[in-house]
Amino acid sequence: MHFEYQIEGGNFTRAGYASSEIKKKLKQLNVDLGIIKRTVVATYEAEVNVVAHAYSGTIYVDFDEEKVVIKLVDEGPGIPDIDQAMKEGFSTASSTVREMGFGAGMGLPNMKKNADDLQITSEVNKGTTVVITMFFKKEAKDL
Amino acid sequence: MTVEQIATTLNAKIICGNDRAHHEVKIAFASDLMSDVLTLREDNVLLITGLANMQTLRTAEMSDIHCVVFARNKKISEEMIELAQENDIIVLECSYSVFKTCGLLYNAGLLPVF
Repeated sequence: MHFEYQIEGGNFTRAGYASSEIKKKLKQLNVDLGIIKRTVVATYEAEVNVVAHAYSGTIYVDFDEEKVVIKLVDEGPGIPDIDQAMKEGFSTASSTVREMGFGAGMGLPNMKKNADDLQITSEVNKGTTVVITMFFKKEAKDL
Repeated sequence: MTVEQIATTLNAKIICGNDRAHHEVKIAFASDLMSDVLTLREDNVLLITGLANMQTLRTAEMSDIHCVVFARNKKISEEMIELAQENDIIVLECSYSVFKTCGLLYNAGLLPVF
């Protein structure tokens, strides 16, 4: 199964819509609730990042019997130093993002904690691609 | 504690989820930083916050939080009520500060997440 969702940069009212739809689909597939939570928390963090930092983005979701692969591709400023961005507390978020309850430099580390596999590639002034892979039968991940 | 008991303790108004006033919670977490809420592993946590926007409810949805208390007299919008109803999230509005809200609920037996 394949689904796609568009993300609009700066539109915080709609941020989380795609993650919500993915959660509904995972529930329909009777995926373990703990795995659903880790999946949607990681996806939501990534979706909020696109809204907070990029101009626009697309989420590509592919389900098969064993896993779901969620790929977020954005057009935006990119991340100059991914290792630095992965450090807890590092943030370039605007005051608007902070007013929404985010921007504390916790999103990327939390995505890594929740995802079974997380791949981030980025090109400055072009955009960032985040790939979250979750396996349905994996034992509970020790966060 | 049930939602009904929480509402009575806080002199709070149940904005949506009146039909689930018997819903029970045992643990609570207070934060205006949704990034912190998203790090919680526990389910069925009561969220106490003074941050009233759509992302508070989205965060609750993703974190399997079924009940949110908006403290500091924050009022939630119609759009937020719709989102809460869509996701079966019980919402209460309370005029007390977050500190007082937490104190009263702790005193009444709700436990901290950590």
